[in-house]
Amino acid sequence: MSNQHVGEHHHGPAQGFTRWLYTTNHKDIGTLYLWFSFAMFILGGSFAMVIRAELFQPGMQLVRPEFFNQMTTMHGLVMVFGAIMPAFVGLANWMIPMMIGAPDMALPRMNNLSFWILPFAFAMLASTLLMDGGAPNFGWTFYAPLSTTYAPPSVTFFIFAVHIMGASSIMGSINIIATIINLRAPGMTYMKMPLFVWTWFITAFLLVAVMPVLAGAVTMMLMDIHFGTSFFSAAGGGDPVLFQHVFWFFGHPEVYILILPGFGVVSQIIPTFARKPLFGYASMVYATAAIAFLSFIVWAHHMYTVGMPVAGELFFMYATLLIAVPTGVKVFNWITTMFRGSMTFETPMLFAIAFICLFTVGGLSGVMLAMAPVDFQYQDTYFVVAHFHYTMVAGAIFSLTASVYYWLPKWCGRMYNETMGKTHFWISFVGFNLTFFPQHFVGLAGMPRRVPDYALQFADFNMMSSIGAFIYGSSQILFLFNVIRTIRAGKPISEPKVWDGAQGLEWTLPTPVPYHTFTTPPEVK
Amino acid sequence: MAFSGIAKTTGKLAVVVVAMFAFVFVVMVPLYNTLCQALGLNGKYSGKQYEVVQAKVDTTRTVKVQFVAVNAEGMPWQFQPMQASIDVHPGAVNTVEFYAKNVTDKDMVAQAVPSFVPAQAAQYFHKTECFCFRRQPLLAGADAKLPMQFIVDQALPAAITDIALSYTIFDVTAMDKADQAVTNR
Amino acid sequence: MYLKAKRLYQLALGPVLLLLSLVATNAWATDALPWRRRFQTNLTVGATDIGKQIYDLHMFVFWICVVIAVIVFGVMFYTIYAHRKSRGSVAAHFHESTALEIAWTVVPFLICIVLAVPATSTLLAIYDTKNADLDVMITGYQWKWKYEYIDPQGNNVSFFSSLRTPQSEIYNEEAKGQDYLLDVDEPMYLPVNKKIRFLVTGNDVIHSWWVPELAVKRDAIPGFVNEAAAHPIKTGIYRGQCAELCGKDHGFMPIVVNVVSEDEYNTWLGKKKAEAVELKALMEKDFTVAELVERGKGVYDRTCVACHGANGEGGVGKAIAKSPIATGDLKGHLDIVVHGKPGTAMQAFAGQLSEVDLAAVVTYERNAFGNNMGDKATPIDVYKLKKGQ
Repeated sequence: MSNQHVGEHHHGPAQGFTRWLYTTNHKDIGTLYLWFSFAMFILGGSFAMVIRAELFQPGMQLVRPEFFNQMTTMHGLVMVFGAIMPAFVGLANWMIPMMIGAPDMALPRMNNLSFWILPFAFAMLASTLLMDGGAPNFGWTFYAPLSTTYAPPSVTFFIFAVHIMGASSIMGSINIIATIINLRAPGMTYMKMPLFVWTWFITAFLLVAVMPVLAGAVTMMLMDIHFGTSFFSAAGGGDPVLFQHVFWFFGHPEVYILILPGFGVVSQIIPTFARKPLFGYASMVYATAAIAFLSFIVWAHHMYTVGMPVAGELFFMYATLLIAVPTGVKVFNWITTMFRGSMTFETPMLFAIAFICLFTVGGLSGVMLAMAPVDFQYQDTYFVVAHFHYTMVAGAIFSLTASVYYWLPKWCGRMYNETMGKTHFWISFVGFNLTFFPQHFVGLAGMPRRVPDYALQFADFNMMSSIGAFIYGSSQILFLFNVIRTIRAGKPISEPKVWDGAQGLEWTLPTPVPYHTFTTPPEVK
Repeated sequence: MAFSGIAKTTGKLAVVVVAMFAFVFVVMVPLYNTLCQALGLNGKYSGKQYEVVQAKVDTTRTVKVQFVAVNAEGMPWQFQPMQASIDVHPGAVNTVEFYAKNVTDKDMVAQAVPSFVPAQAAQYFHKTECFCFRRQPLLAGADAKLPMQFIVDQALPAAITDIALSYTIFDVTAMDKADQAVTNR
Repeated sequence: MYLKAKRLYQLALGPVLLLLSLVATNAWATDALPWRRRFQTNLTVGATDIGKQIYDLHMFVFWICVVIAVIVFGVMFYTIYAHRKSRGSVAAHFHESTALEIAWTVVPFLICIVLAVPATSTLLAIYDTKNADLDVMITGYQWKWKYEYIDPQGNNVSFFSSLRTPQSEIYNEEAKGQDYLLDVDEPMYLPVNKKIRFLVTGNDVIHSWWVPELAVKRDAIPGFVNEAAAHPIKTGIYRGQCAELCGKDHGFMPIVVNVVSEDEYNTWLGKKKAEAVELKALMEKDFTVAELVERGKGVYDRTCVACHGANGEGGVGKAIAKSPIATGDLKGHLDIVVHGKPGTAMQAFAGQLSEVDLAAVVTYERNAFGNNMGDKATPIDVYKLKKGQ
């Protein structure tokens, strides 16, 4: 079956740097995205290390408060826009054509462009650290007027960087939608698509809908700062609360953009290692669509304390609670997929199981946060920080790590070191929980987020948290080492099915995957 | 076939992107302002022209109206209500004054922004004359009594027995200069 | 090249144990705080009925979450244990069950309703701010709070409340006190068993006034006034912090509320009103340089030190030691402190400090940090400057 692809007109990749600069090959671009996002993950992670080092003990030791604020801001921006989003776009580039039997992405030249503008955006963003007045210091949510009237001069560079990132994401998602709609192999109906493709399909629609809203928000900021308008300034008849509404209208779908492809990845990995088909495929698709729809009508749950009318509070509370329903369906489906399977626990499976456990914890604290009256005590505390790191790190990052271990052998035809992978998993798992679980406690006990220093009663848990963060952070070095070692010196493998339980078109291709695949579309029965 | 399909999909999505960008400016901002005005949120109520019906003063009800003055950052003026609160009957015309003094040695222009507590009172609070309708210039060292005339609507829900009205005064000297430069051009 | 797993675990274990032992010897906090406060892991019940309601609701939703988690993880861990290949488990082939899928859509939906009902009633209670006995206007500033007690007769009492923890504790030059970062120079006083309405607004950027024990958190938004209410039923000292990122010193603008008996409250309010009168009298007094310097040091350490440094060495703000302003024209120096410098972080202190304090701090700056001007600013000078004369 797999041999039919070999020996077709194979011109391999060009050599040297220009291969990467001019490439329109979906696999090359996917690789670029993945390496770029890993670099950003390390950069954003090093900002997090500065934050945790400062918070290791009460008192100011390492940095000044203004620099601390720049660190929290840059950490958030780099992780959201630089690490998680491009990483999933990279996976989409690699896997979607192979999963639906397409030769490449639908718009290969735009694909190249959407990647290559990203390094410029982040170079611009990172350069603000060296500017007079420092980098953006108003949090990744950049609430006006702190981000307009009271912002450092570098805010203009921040705005342009966000515009470029937005353009990149929009192009990337248009490409993905165009690919999925137009390039599916004969017989690959929508309801036969792998769940990773489905979740990305829905995510791409979310991106197309809300990235322009973010662009609009930063454009309004730009106009307020430089052109004398007053969208967000009360003095000129505007309203700072309007900013929050516009931002979270983007921001809430955005957090699902960060997690839905992760759901997809886990829905691929769990059946493989349970050696049993995914339970409730159709309800998984509907649940994803329901989550995406609900994400548009819950944004103001980030703003329970701004003084909304009580009717508004109630509406957003009810809508937010509803999200628990489709999310629950997903978790139950995954567990039932494992139920009565024949499970083995290779590294990707370990990360996927940890994803389900920890994402459930994050989801349950999300239910607590959805309760408007109680949120008056939770809002802007470390309880929130714990919640979204349980969903973003244990959700998005763990699923990304799982997918690298899962597909890397297929991509490069070499097996990673399982012992090292498992070690990486356990260090990550312990480090992660040690970092973020105590943050629930300090949050409930009254520690606000985004503070460079704290009262003495929070000292013990913060020190644990910092230690956990250093453990989790340093475990990424092991990950990097394992990946590089695999690519250069891993044990060669050649079975098309790297994992004996794997299903899907990508596993019918030879291992390592040739540079061009499915130049003649496969037949899907 | 695939190619024209791709072009079509891309074209449609590009339209969505442009539409969503425009949506922020032509839908979200006006819609937000309309909603705020309809609900009286953030003091935004401008409302319909209120017909003054003098004869219908409801003397059976008394509503306490409190006045609060706030200086925004960088606004050095003295600014305070001349009376902390007054008791009014719905339907009656009342006049109160705020005192403002430009204590600096520069000519300045100010804008007062109202805000109501509770917010839904805004739609029952009709200002027939107010210093907040326009920007207020004061020469260096000058002071002024700024009048506000208002009527509390007879339809004010019985649950609302007192209303707090705050004015935040902002320094808009620079904004005013910029606007005038535009008009004079 | 192949690392042995055992060696890796050992490698990781060393630093972990080392760092954990650090927590165990977390000495500076142990001395100052009781164990219970150090390891507080839950919400406070608070000092109000609403706070109790919120706490109960929090525990209710928490236990529901725990039950869900136990069931979900129970099934999952059983599966992981029982249905593994190494135990000879053979994969079944089922992949859907309409009944099951409907069940686990409906049950969570019902749980949502069970949660929404008490949440709605508590929310309505929080929003009830009517018939308050006392109104207090709260204004958030970068980086302090202003409290204004609204008096029906118009004799409002207003004052600023800012961090009292000295810079030397923050920068680890001195041992940290028990209320490190949670102490203010002028706490807010409230009478017990009265309903208090807070009118919350912001002066510059958005802040958020939060006192966990009063179960009040409201955003302070410039230009707009928000309201919240609290009905404390227990006397005590309640501490809170700003809960919305508001710039550099967001972490350094705590809130302290003293809830006291009505008598005590009235005594305090009377004292505050008397202070205002006294301040007026002070204006007429003739101060010596030494008196002003002494008073000025206190003002400086509360108000200026964050930006200008404990020794006038500067930081965010310019250095004061040997600065051309502090060693130059007195009137120019006074003007910059009173009116600020637009476009910079130097704000106008006219509205925040009394005439006496302004005169004192300027005199202090001219006669400290190696500046030896020997001259003084008087409250009258400040008063005249403020009035534009």
